[in-house]
Amino acid sequence: MLDYAWLIPLFPLVGVLINAALGRWLSRRVVGIIASLAVAASFVVASLVFSAMLGLPAETDASGNGRERIIPIFTWIVSGSFGVHVSILLDQLSILMALVVTGVSTLIHVYSTAYVEKEEYHNRYFTWLNLFVFMMLVLVLSDNFLSMYVGWEGVGLCSYLLISYWFDKESAAEAGKKAFLVNRVGDLSFALGIMLIFATFGSLAFQDVFPAATAILPATATAVALLLFLGATAKSAQIPLYVWLPDAMEGPTPVSALIHAATMVTAGVYMVARCHTIFEASTSALNWVVWIGTLTAFFAATIALVQKDFKRILAYSTISQLGYMFLGVGVGAYAAGIFHLTTHAFFKALLFLCAGSVVHALSGELDIFKMGGLRKKMPWTFATFLVGVLALSGLPLFSGFFSKDEILFDAFEHGALVPWLLSVITAGLTAFYAFRLLFVAFYGQSRLDKKTERHVHEAPKRMLAPMVILAVLAVVGGYIGLPDFLRLGNAVDGFLEPVFADSTLALPPVEAGATEVGLMAVSVLAAVVGFLAAYWIYVRNWGLGARLTSNARWLYDLLDNKYYVDEAYMEAIVNPLRSLGAFLADVVEERGIDAAVEGLARLVGLAGEGLRRLQTGLVRNYALAMLIGAVAILAYVLVRSVLGL
Amino acid sequence: MVPASFYLILSAVLFTLGVVGVLVRRNALVMLMSVELMLNAVNLTLITYSRFLESIEGQIFVLLVMAVAAAEVAVGLSIIVSLYRHKETTDVDEINLLKG
Repeated sequence: MLDYAWLIPLFPLVGVLINAALGRWLSRRVVGIIASLAVAASFVVASLVFSAMLGLPAETDASGNGRERIIPIFTWIVSGSFGVHVSILLDQLSILMALVVTGVSTLIHVYSTAYVEKEEYHNRYFTWLNLFVFMMLVLVLSDNFLSMYVGWEGVGLCSYLLISYWFDKESAAEAGKKAFLVNRVGDLSFALGIMLIFATFGSLAFQDVFPAATAILPATATAVALLLFLGATAKSAQIPLYVWLPDAMEGPTPVSALIHAATMVTAGVYMVARCHTIFEASTSALNWVVWIGTLTAFFAATIALVQKDFKRILAYSTISQLGYMFLGVGVGAYAAGIFHLTTHAFFKALLFLCAGSVVHALSGELDIFKMGGLRKKMPWTFATFLVGVLALSGLPLFSGFFSKDEILFDAFEHGALVPWLLSVITAGLTAFYAFRLLFVAFYGQSRLDKKTERHVHEAPKRMLAPMVILAVLAVVGGYIGLPDFLRLGNAVDGFLEPVFADSTLALPPVEAGATEVGLMAVSVLAAVVGFLAAYWIYVRNWGLGARLTSNARWLYDLLDNKYYVDEAYMEAIVNPLRSLGAFLADVVEERGIDAAVEGLARLVGLAGEGLRRLQTGLVRNYALAMLIGAVAILAYVLVRSVLGL
Repeated sequence: MVPASFYLILSAVLFTLGVVGVLVRRNALVMLMSVELMLNAVNLTLITYSRFLESIEGQIFVLLVMAVAAAEVAVGLSIIVSLYRHKETTDVDEINLLKG
C-alpha cells in the first residue's frame, strides 16, 4: 500500500486539470463535487497508507522493512554533477502532514460548495483550491529541497490567486499583491538557502543532506538555517514578514480557513521540523527560532486584544499560535510543535468556518461590535464556535490544552524560561481575546442593523457538517498526545519519534509528574484569568471596555493600529522602492535608454535624408554618374598597367 | 598612308561629342542621336584596327554593332513616342517621377 502513496498528490492534480479545462461548461454543483471528491480520494489513500504504516514495525529492521519509504517519481534535472530526482519521501512526519492537509481540505471543500454557491467563476475557485492542495502535498511529500521549493512557491501562488479572488475589489487585489510580494522576500531567502545547501553538500536530496549536516561548519549551518527560517517567517507569518496575513482575510472565508490557518502557514513549521539536523548543527539558529516564535506569539496576541473585525482577530490568533509552534520546534520538541500544528488545524479551521457562517448569515458584516445575540439565532454555529474557543484557549480536556501544554512544558524543561513565561502570559491573552470575540459576537443584545437582522439564519447543512466534524476533532484530537506523567503513552510523540531520532535535543521521558502538573496548573490558571477578564468586561459590565479604552487611549491606538508596523514598512521600504522605480522609469528609461534607441533611429533617418538627395529623378544625372564610374574604373586599370603592377 | 592615330583621335572626339551630347542636351531625340554618335565612333575605331591589323574581325563586329544599334533605336524611339503621348514633352528633365 505504501508504494501507492503517489496517488495522494495525483487526485487533486487531476481535479485541477478537469476543472480548469472543462469547468466553464460544467454546472456549479459538478465542479464542486469533482473538486471535493478529488481531495476526498486523496484523504482516503492517505488514510489507507497510514493504517498500512501502522502495521509495519516502527524501526526499520535489517531487511529494510519499515515505515519509511522513498518512492521515485521521475528524474527532473541531470546536468553534470547536479541532479534532481523527484521522489516521494514517505515517513511518519510526511504522512501525518498529508493526513491533516487532505482531511481538513476535504471538509473545507464540502463547506465551500455551499459557501460559494452564488458566486460566479466557480471553476476558478475550485481549480485553485485543488491546485493548492496539490502544491501543499508536493511540499510535504517531497524528498529534496527543489521540489519542496516548487510546492512552497506553488502554495504562495494559490494563496495569492485565492486572496484576490474578488479581483475587482481594490482591497482584495492589494491584499493579494501584498501577500505575494512579502512571500517573495521570504522565497528569495529560501532560494539562497537552497543554493548554499547545494554549494555545501553537493546535493539537494534530504537523504544526502541531513546525515551530512553534522560534519559541516557551524557557521555554514547557521547561515543555511537562518536563510531557510527567514523564508519560513514569510510563509508562516512570523516577525518580520507576517504583515500579509491579516490583509489576506480579504479572500473568501473557506480560503482563510484552509490556507491561512490550517495548512499553508504551517509549511514553515514543517520545514524546520524536517530540517532539524541542519538547525541543530548550528549554534544559534534554534535560538532565533525560539525567540522569534515567542515574541511573535506575544506580539500578535496583544494586537488581537483590540481588533474589531471578526476575521482579523482570528488572523492574529493564527500568527500567535504559529509562534507557539516555532517555540516548540525551536527548543527541540519537534513532535510537540507538529502536534500543536495538528490540533491548531482543527480548531482554527473550525473557528474560521464559523466566521464564514456568520459572514454568510449577516451578508458580509464583519465588525463584531455590530453583531451580538447571535447565540440564539445561530445555535449550531455558536456551539461549534464555543468548542473552537475552548480549544484555542487551551482549557483542559480540549485538544489545544494538550498540545499547547506539551510545548510549554518542553520549553521549561529545556531551560527556555523567559520564553516560557512570556508564552504563559500569551496564553492568558489568547483566552481573553478568544472569549472576547465569543461574547461580543454571540452574547448580549443584538446590535445588528434591522435589514441584516431579518436575514440572519443558521448555516446550511453542507456548511454545518464540516464544522461539527472539526468541533469533534477539536475535542478528541488532543487525546493522541497525552502528557507523559499520565503514563498512558503519547501517541504522537511515539509515532514521530523515529523521524527525530537523530536529534540531539530530545529529553528523557519524565519520571515524576510534579513539575508537569505544576506547570500545567499555571497555564490553565492564565487561561482561566483571561476567560474571567473577558467575561467581566464583555458580559457583566458592558461599558467597562469603552472606559478602559479611553483611559489608556495611547495604548489602545498603538494596538489598534498594529503597532504601526505596516506604516513603518511603507515608509522605510515600499516608498523608497517606489521612488527608485519612478526614477528608473522616468529618468533612466525615458531619457537614457529610449533616447539612445530613438537617437539611433534618428541617425539612420538623417543618413537617409542625406542620401536621398542623390535621387534627383533626372536621367542626365544618372548618366553622369555612370560616366564617372566608367572613367574611374578605366583610370584604375590604365594606371595599374602603366605602373606594371 | 594616313596614320592610324588620325582615325583614332577622330573616333575619340566623336565619342566625346556623343557623351557630352547625352549629358548636356535635354531633348530625348537628341540624346538618342548622341548615343548613335557614340556607337558610330566605336564603329570607326573597330574599322581602323581592322584595317591596320589586317584582321576581318573588326568589320564583322561592326556589322553586329550596327544591327544592335538599329534595334536599339527602334526600341528607344517607341519609348520616346509613348513617353510623349503621356507627358506631351520630350524634355527629359520633366520625366522625374522617381525623384526622391
